[in-house]
Amino acid sequence: MGKYAIKRIFSAIVTLFLIATITFFLMKLVPGGPFLAEKAPSAAVTAALEAKYGLDKPLNEQFFTYMADAMKGDFGPSIKQRGRNVADIIAKGFPVSAKIGGISILISMLIGIPLGCIAALWRGKSVDNTIIVFATFGISVPSFVVATILMMIFSTQLGWLPTYGLSSGLHYIMPVAALSFYPIAYISRLMRSSMLDVLGQDYMRTAKAKGLSGFVTLFKHALRNAVLPVVTFLGPMLAYTLTGSFVVERIFTVPGIGNEFVSSIINRDYPMIMGTTIFLATLLITMNVIVDIAYKVIDPRIKLN
Amino acid sequence: MDNNLPSFHLKVDPADFQPATQEEKESLIVMRESVNFWHDGMRRLRKNNIAMVSLVVIVLVSIFAFLGPQIYPYSYEQQNRGSENLAPFEYSQDEIALQNSGEKVFPHLMGTDSLARDTMVRLMMGSRISLLVGIIASAIILLIGSFYGAISGYFGGTVDNVMMRLVDIIYSVPDILIIILLSVTLKYPLNALAESVIGFGWIKVIGVPLISIFIVFALLYWVGMARIVRSQILMLKEQEYVTAARALGASSARIIKKHLLTNCIGTLIVTTTLQIPAAIFTESFLSFIGLGVSAPMPSLGSMASQAIGGITTYPYRLLAPAIMISIIILSFNLLGDGLRDAFDPKLKN
Amino acid sequence: MSELLLDIKGERLSFFTSVGEVKALNDVSLQLREGEVLGIVGESGSGKSVTAYSIMGLTSYPGRLIGGSIWFNGHQIESMSEQELRKMRGNEVSIIFQDPMTSLNPVFSIGNQIMEVILLHTNKSKQEAYDRAKNLLELVGINEPEKRLHQYPHELSGGMRQRVMIAIALACEPKLLIADEPTTALDMTIQAQILELIMELRRKLGMSIIMITHDLGIVANMCEKIAVMYAGKIVEYGTVDELFYQPAHEYTKGLLLSIPKLNATVHEPLIPIEGTPVDMLNPPAGCPFAPRCASCMKICLKEMPPCTYLSETHYTACWLRQSEAWQLSLAEGGDAK
Repeated sequence: MGKYAIKRIFSAIVTLFLIATITFFLMKLVPGGPFLAEKAPSAAVTAALEAKYGLDKPLNEQFFTYMADAMKGDFGPSIKQRGRNVADIIAKGFPVSAKIGGISILISMLIGIPLGCIAALWRGKSVDNTIIVFATFGISVPSFVVATILMMIFSTQLGWLPTYGLSSGLHYIMPVAALSFYPIAYISRLMRSSMLDVLGQDYMRTAKAKGLSGFVTLFKHALRNAVLPVVTFLGPMLAYTLTGSFVVERIFTVPGIGNEFVSSIINRDYPMIMGTTIFLATLLITMNVIVDIAYKVIDPRIKLN
Repeated sequence: MDNNLPSFHLKVDPADFQPATQEEKESLIVMRESVNFWHDGMRRLRKNNIAMVSLVVIVLVSIFAFLGPQIYPYSYEQQNRGSENLAPFEYSQDEIALQNSGEKVFPHLMGTDSLARDTMVRLMMGSRISLLVGIIASAIILLIGSFYGAISGYFGGTVDNVMMRLVDIIYSVPDILIIILLSVTLKYPLNALAESVIGFGWIKVIGVPLISIFIVFALLYWVGMARIVRSQILMLKEQEYVTAARALGASSARIIKKHLLTNCIGTLIVTTTLQIPAAIFTESFLSFIGLGVSAPMPSLGSMASQAIGGITTYPYRLLAPAIMISIIILSFNLLGDGLRDAFDPKLKN
Repeated sequence: MSELLLDIKGERLSFFTSVGEVKALNDVSLQLREGEVLGIVGESGSGKSVTAYSIMGLTSYPGRLIGGSIWFNGHQIESMSEQELRKMRGNEVSIIFQDPMTSLNPVFSIGNQIMEVILLHTNKSKQEAYDRAKNLLELVGINEPEKRLHQYPHELSGGMRQRVMIAIALACEPKLLIADEPTTALDMTIQAQILELIMELRRKLGMSIIMITHDLGIVANMCEKIAVMYAGKIVEYGTVDELFYQPAHEYTKGLLLSIPKLNATVHEPLIPIEGTPVDMLNPPAGCPFAPRCASCMKICLKEMPPCTYLSETHYTACWLRQSEAWQLSLAEGGDAK
């Protein structure tokens, strides 16, 4: 297991390095360099940037300086938000996004897993069909559609929920709902097919032959096995929630990192784009590594490989 | 033995105790027709009502998207001065004046936007973009992925190991982030290319963001397909060894290989069909945050994004592209599901 | 004569699938006494496993009992509630399945899975259950039982897993052990060991056994009585000697002939049974074996044959045998009334 963990972490570091490199060099494609492109920033910022990154120095020197700084968490100043550092903006916005994203992931699992189980247990009946229809629908509707329709119904037409900001509990409902729509649908489908697979296994027959009640066989024997594929989905789900947050935060004007990221794209705030990309990539890759290793721990079949 | 005495309420005809002929025996053997893989699959697909309806919807949407703008009197970038912000079927002052003087003015079926462009034809063009992106992207993924996976699986050994290692790394790269990066930065070199080198002028027509999307798909998204194709090739290889070991004879080996090959193709069809809605999903997302096709070319995502501002006064401007994109993606998903049930029944749950 | 343990009369069972009713069991009757070993022989789809599962009420959806009665150890199975059946399963009757690789839950330890059935049916404490589990492992011939209890199924070999299954099955000292092709998925040498083990355990614990298999060699060694099933019917039933030395049904004869013989010369071809198995969705009106039978008569295709008794313990369902028996009894002077 340890060997696997080391291999995994190593490959993650390689990937991260690759991404940082790609990010840096892509940015160099922007004429005039990422720090000075399009509208020139204030003189103060320009001077600071030139001092820091030596924008006239050879490419590899700039690269190493940038990488060294990045590893310390310093991504330079934002060229559109005067006076603020990219790192500060990220630090301020991330906790907000993390809260919404975290709640969304939790809810997705709390709703998706039982829905999938129910569909599998009552396979072929109307409950199952309803859940399948809902789930297929759910994975087909992009998050921005969900978000805007929700806003239209609950905010504009019915006036029940507030549209902008995050000042109260009520404000959380629509963003979280919009973010969770797809994961709930996906997890339901995944759980359903996993559960159906498990229910058809021989060891379920053994459990019944022992005289165990349906309840016990289900919760002890079936669930433990059926939930494993859902664990592997945690990684992609996190990625989805992250990208979903770009759109959801934008629509509901939530001051999270997703919103900042989209703004920086529109405004061509290149240091912000670079910094956020590297930060988010690091987050995603780290979480994937953790999930992968956790999965190996949970499934005893793989423990001793 | 007592119970062996003939009981006479059992009508027994001595003639029945004559031996039965071969024909009589065979008449009772009903062999269920063995079917061809494709016929079997198509039959199953046709019986699947949901999949059939989805297919019809896709055809209808395609007609809407590709034929519609050809016959619709307005074009997508045309700004009809004076007709800003009309509701569906509403006429502007100028248009009413025209009608009064005897001219026929085609109504704006879905109204116009703030730049006086007809919403309906923009919806059609947006759908066209989505469909094109979906199909072309899937084609790219199919080609690159199959090629890569087939080579990796066929050669095996170190070649396979190295190629799969690369796949693992690419797989762990967060795709959306890279797409965003590429979309933001590639436009400069691509524009330069369009302007300086003859023959690359089409770059400007299609639009750099769209090309960036295709480039990213070609770079990152094929890995799933590669893995699937590789595992199919590995199965084929294993089957060869097994049949060789069992020395079943040439005919059986050929039948098995043919069966597996058609099975492979079945899996490929399903995977590609399901890849299309995923690509459309991604494109609409990018358009929404402003990285899709450039104005004035509409995309369902960008139309939705622009419509948020007027969500209270002009809700239809949001609903139309939103519902359209959902219908497109849903139909492809349902069709793909139907195909999977029809051609890969082992997976049916 | 020991007590009657199992009495199945005229059992009919069908699976109501989306393509139609599959008549899996068509009027099956058999009896089992305490301590007896019965073998049920037949090819895949003959209904042998279905019969055994129905004793425990384990018939899987969409199967349903549609006729007959099943009496076991004082219980009338077909009228029992699920709750009552649960008390019986693993307790009075146990079953070991064909594939030990998949019959154990991969995410729980061996000890957990054995103790589970002990704790379910008895009042033992956890510690007592643990000790009993350890004893059971020793009983089934697994060394280092302490260590094994903490291991997971994938860490054990196929033969060891089957021993664990046997341990689970015998944990509550059932009166009847059903063994559904217990050795089909194992190597030849392990097969012999497992069968040895089962017989030895029977000597020690005295339970009845129903051995389901397609392998005539196994039943020859282990069983006292044999039932031969074909297409959901018992076509022949008798003691081991009667079946092997005086087979009455053409199918039984065919099975015996098709076993490769050790003393046959190299060039003697194997003798298979001609034809293909029955389509259980559309079973024929007469004897199900008729289309493949060399002695098939016209009546065989039209009517289901009755049971002909060749001795007190030996019967068969065959028109040929029935007509022979009639001729015999008529010749002996039984006047038609």
